[in-house]
Amino acid sequence: MSDTQSLRAWLLTETPTSRRHAKLSALYHGWLSFRSNTMAMIGLLILVALVLIAVLAPWLSPHDPFEQNLGQRLLPLGSEGHVFGTDSLGRDILSRLIYGSRITLYIVALVALIAPVVGLLVGTVSGYVGGWVDTVLMRITDIFLAFPRLVLALAFVAALGAGIENAVIAISLTAWPPYARIARAETLTIRSSDYIAAIKLQGASALRIITKHIWPLCISSLIVRVTLDMAGIILAAAGLGFLGLGAQPPSPEWGAMISEGRRFILDHWWVATMPGLAIFTVSLAFNLLGDGLRDVLDPKAGD
Amino acid sequence: MSVNDISKGRRPKRAPLSHSLWPTLKTVLRTLGSVAVTLLGLLFITFIIGRVMPIDPVLSIVGERASQETYDAVYHQLGLDKPLLVQFFYYLWDVLHLDFGTSLLNARPVSEDIARVFPATLELASLGIVFGVVIGVPLGVLAAVRKGSWIDQIARVVALVGYSMPIFWLGLMGLLIFYGILGWVGGPGRVGIFYVDIVPTVTGMILVDSLLDSNIDVFKDAFSHIILPASLLGYYSLAYISRMTRSFMLEQMSAEYITTARVKGMSEWDVIWKHAFKNIRVQLITVIALSYAGLLEGSVLTEIIFSWPGIGSYITTALLSADMNAVLGGTVVVGLIFILLNIFSDLLYKIFDPRAK
Repeated sequence: MSDTQSLRAWLLTETPTSRRHAKLSALYHGWLSFRSNTMAMIGLLILVALVLIAVLAPWLSPHDPFEQNLGQRLLPLGSEGHVFGTDSLGRDILSRLIYGSRITLYIVALVALIAPVVGLLVGTVSGYVGGWVDTVLMRITDIFLAFPRLVLALAFVAALGAGIENAVIAISLTAWPPYARIARAETLTIRSSDYIAAIKLQGASALRIITKHIWPLCISSLIVRVTLDMAGIILAAAGLGFLGLGAQPPSPEWGAMISEGRRFILDHWWVATMPGLAIFTVSLAFNLLGDGLRDVLDPKAGD
Repeated sequence: MSVNDISKGRRPKRAPLSHSLWPTLKTVLRTLGSVAVTLLGLLFITFIIGRVMPIDPVLSIVGERASQETYDAVYHQLGLDKPLLVQFFYYLWDVLHLDFGTSLLNARPVSEDIARVFPATLELASLGIVFGVVIGVPLGVLAAVRKGSWIDQIARVVALVGYSMPIFWLGLMGLLIFYGILGWVGGPGRVGIFYVDIVPTVTGMILVDSLLDSNIDVFKDAFSHIILPASLLGYYSLAYISRMTRSFMLEQMSAEYITTARVKGMSEWDVIWKHAFKNIRVQLITVIALSYAGLLEGSVLTEIIFSWPGIGSYITTALLSADMNAVLGGTVVVGLIFILLNIFSDLLYKIFDPRAK
């Protein structure tokens, strides 16, 4: 017990002894203020649960998500052995939802890797280099921003062909511009600060300044924005799946499951309702988490 | 201008017109310039999408069993042997003449199809935005004025749920509850089967057309069909509009002039609506224009759920049957409207809000 207490004291110290100490201390302070935000904690817990469910899917799901059993099709909620009922091919809905969490996480992770990185590159280069490079890059960003995102994603998928990877590419292509805007704005303020001038005098190259000094400072506002955007990305991915342009059957993607259940919505409502609730829960969790992170990392932006 | 003038409520003298008009004109010209560039970009992107698609446009015209000569002739005729830049200019030229090619599905010009389906979307989105504004703005104002109260919490939950709910799923649930179980509204489609093609098409918007024809039965039926999709669609703009209204109002309510007005003994109603709200009108119109544009897009998924024959249904149907001309034509039109609404709100803000200068 004294160990944890001394660790706490070490983390909360006003006089850090090393750079790492200061960093860890700042992180801990952030965590403390984040933890006091109940809604954000709920969001975080839901997402942790989602990751656990995805990892433990084979052990958690009561049935094989692809196993068809036409004798047991469209069983209602609470049926024996099928808590969430079965779909039109007799597949267990709960098992499909559990395996579907993997697809959702896969899409989210890929988009979260591609879009902010592209935005960060475009934004920092544009902000740091300035001049005509800035003008051209920002014009391109504006063009993408001016596009209706879902319709653009639809057109991209139409050109690339339906499928989960292409859906990810299409969503990423429509999601990067806001990140570029944020990164550029941050770069512009950082660029003119004294410490940048100082390391310039020490002979630091533009590449070094951007990667070592500008990027780390852009990250926190990007993380907040990505978290807040995740809900939108999940909804977009589900929308594409619903239209039959994302994950292809028999894959248990939640949007595609809703599309399947749509045909029996009036008689067998649970088939479409359950995956919708799953999408809603996860995107709600991302919204809650994003709000909380924004309050911790970027207090100015809150109300 | 003396202090006395202000206290008597006189306006300060205006600057000569030539001075005050020029910056405005410059803003307009600059904006028009950026519109042109953005539009060009939009067309370039759709052009590229049309080029990288895996579908061979020649094959889809001549069919698989055509001879090599026929294939080459059509290839030449479509201008596919020209450099890409030249092809892009051909494309620009066509689009400028509102020619999006012919649909592969029904062999009719895409522009005619779009003109036919667009009013349905316009009708849906317009009613949706009315819903969003009429409920969203007062909700946002109330949430700001009573910050932290139960109404603020409700507004927060309403917005949060709106941001997190898949729109197509919400549509399905609405259909299940209000049509399937309660039977309060008409089902999918624009009117019931007995009312199809009764009123003459003038604007293409059935609510308006039925009123023009003074056919109350059709109006009632059309209304019972549109009310559910429009209000669900409007819910999305409501979430955004109420949140933005709240944060604009909070900013105003903490300003010093509000304290002054209160000290003067002004009623709270007047403080809120005559002072604070008056100052957020321009910002608010910007937000409303943006969410209107968002609704045009959001209607894509809603239209499919409600079998609404609008541009969203048109694009997705075309998509699933690889009718690329129709997809790109629809994308260009939706993009165009989206950009124009964006620009409009931007311009409005720049012209009417002195703080933006």
